[in-house]
Amino acid sequence: MKSLQDRVDRLRPGLPITVGKSVLPFAIAILLAFTMDKLIGPAVGATWSKILLDVGIAILLAGSLNIVNGYAGQFSIGHAGFMLVGGYLAAWLTFYGSIHWFGVKTPVGGFLGNGQLLFLGGCILGGLCASVFGVIVGLPSLRLRGDYLAIVTLGFGEIVRVLGQITDRQPKRIDDVKKIPMSDLLNNLGGAEGFSQIPGYTTLFFVYFFAFVLLVLAYRLKYSSKGRALLAVRENEIAAEAMGIDTTRAKVIAFVFSAFFAGIGGSLYAHQVGALDPKELGFMKSIDLVIIVVIGGMGSITGVVIGATILVVLPEIFRQFADYRMIAYALALITVMILRPQGIMGVKELWETSLWRKQVKALRAKLRGGK
Amino acid sequence: MTGGTVERSPAGSVTRGALDIKKLSLAFGGLKAVSEFSLSLPVGGLYGLIGPNGAGKTTVFNLLTGVYKPDVGSVELSGLRIDGKKPNQIARAGMARTFQNIRLFGELSVIDNVRTAAGVRTKSGLFRTLLRTPLHVAEERAITERCIELLDVLGITHRQDEQAKSLPYGDQRRLEIARALATEPKVLLLDEPVAGMNTQEKREMRGLIQSLREKFGVSILLIEHDMGLVMDICEQITVIDHGVTIAVGSPKQIQDDPAVIEAYLGVPEENDPIPRPEEAPKTDAPEAAEAP
Repeated sequence: MKSLQDRVDRLRPGLPITVGKSVLPFAIAILLAFTMDKLIGPAVGATWSKILLDVGIAILLAGSLNIVNGYAGQFSIGHAGFMLVGGYLAAWLTFYGSIHWFGVKTPVGGFLGNGQLLFLGGCILGGLCASVFGVIVGLPSLRLRGDYLAIVTLGFGEIVRVLGQITDRQPKRIDDVKKIPMSDLLNNLGGAEGFSQIPGYTTLFFVYFFAFVLLVLAYRLKYSSKGRALLAVRENEIAAEAMGIDTTRAKVIAFVFSAFFAGIGGSLYAHQVGALDPKELGFMKSIDLVIIVVIGGMGSITGVVIGATILVVLPEIFRQFADYRMIAYALALITVMILRPQGIMGVKELWETSLWRKQVKALRAKLRGGK
Repeated sequence: MTGGTVERSPAGSVTRGALDIKKLSLAFGGLKAVSEFSLSLPVGGLYGLIGPNGAGKTTVFNLLTGVYKPDVGSVELSGLRIDGKKPNQIARAGMARTFQNIRLFGELSVIDNVRTAAGVRTKSGLFRTLLRTPLHVAEERAITERCIELLDVLGITHRQDEQAKSLPYGDQRRLEIARALATEPKVLLLDEPVAGMNTQEKREMRGLIQSLREKFGVSILLIEHDMGLVMDICEQITVIDHGVTIAVGSPKQIQDDPAVIEAYLGVPEENDPIPRPEEAPKTDAPEAAEAP
């Protein structure tokens, strides 16, 4: 039988398919992000666009956590730690950067103007730094698994939180900041008070742009050799090794990829709230994200989107129950876990379910009948 | 020695076979699990490894594939030293195996199990994957194409979209072989491929194993308790007991070897009240008779 590499040359796609498969999804992501920002946001009003922001950030964070917990099957409960790292770095760049370079503390420039480019740079910087921490957390996962790894990741989250709380106070007056060079301000992250007055650059466009890019990349990963290697690590590590998969490498890749987007999520969160309080991004935040992944279905991209949407919107709907809303929320979670312990989607994607296939088949039959 | 081309170096030791194992030993504490195990598998050879339960057969496989590191001894895969390397490096070097207690990727579909293994022969890394470059697209297409052909050879194409864990037992064993072959191995280690199969399934599997050598150019080392199968298809058999090699030779030689009979049936004692059952050769006599 012909080997894999002997077949590759013959199967190389032409230009249209290359563009369609490689570039088009990103173009669609940008287009959809625009639609959210310019059409849907204004149409639903201020309250609901705020909720949409939360949903988008939750999709980004839970979607990135899904790579580690769902794909690779490593139980991480320190995701908020990566958020905090990303958030701090981005806030440091935008707050002190705007003062140094633009002389103001408020957002500057229009769409993709200087201010937003600085913010974009902050997001990427935050993501990169978080992914460096991803390597550090990924390394113990080579020897530990299950509960033991969970404890290590929990410890990591707490360490980042405490380190954040012992940073120096944040100079807030423009004149004070201008006297100190940027690099010396790296430790002035607000300490226990938190980093405040972060310029509110986060818009629906940025949130959904990053969320859609993550979804595209998560999809590409899942349906490729690299992603299947992660799934194999989850399913049976010994067999995965015996099939030539470097499980060590696979796990570190999962952590790095996941941490990168968690860092970006943290940046978006910081620039939405306007303040970064380490107490807010502690253990409970990590657990919230784990719940989204578990409820949606571990390893399912569509499951995470559904889970994030439900778990952000549900407490808002229960708002009328006032004091009892967290009880109602908890009851909803318990109900889902009793009825579908594998999560709403299980390990499947929406388009892999029998219901979806049946609908598509029926639709096709109808279209053919119409002609 | 039948089949394959084995060159002999002046010193007389076999070199450049598909697999050369020299004096491999492993002890767990005071227990010698494997001692001085040697074997030379020629290219295209089909050799057997048998022994009573707990003799250390699977331990030998685990040593060869890097699950355990040998205390002493060397393993060469087509002239390349692989002992002491990690399992994934050994697999990439061209050694694939199946497991006695089936280890499939249960939640994944049948074809994805095979695709996962085929993925190790791809060149595109994480960034090419995330950007879906033409090379990556071509490789994924090649994987799918080859995996469908593989499932076809193993006769489980009709089940390609089912979850691996939902397959019947016999098909799970076939899937394990398909997955091992997907890594494009030079040497295939089969750990009890017909365990738990009925006579009909065994007959099919025997034909299949024999055909693999031609179709894929692999050399096969086989662990099996089914003596009919082993005696029928293996060119040379190594018998181990308590980790020690007690006999090496052709199936005929092995059947007549007193040490082997003793290991399997025990030393005849006087006044032994329990008549010990004859081993496999008798039960599988009809099958053996069919063979040319």
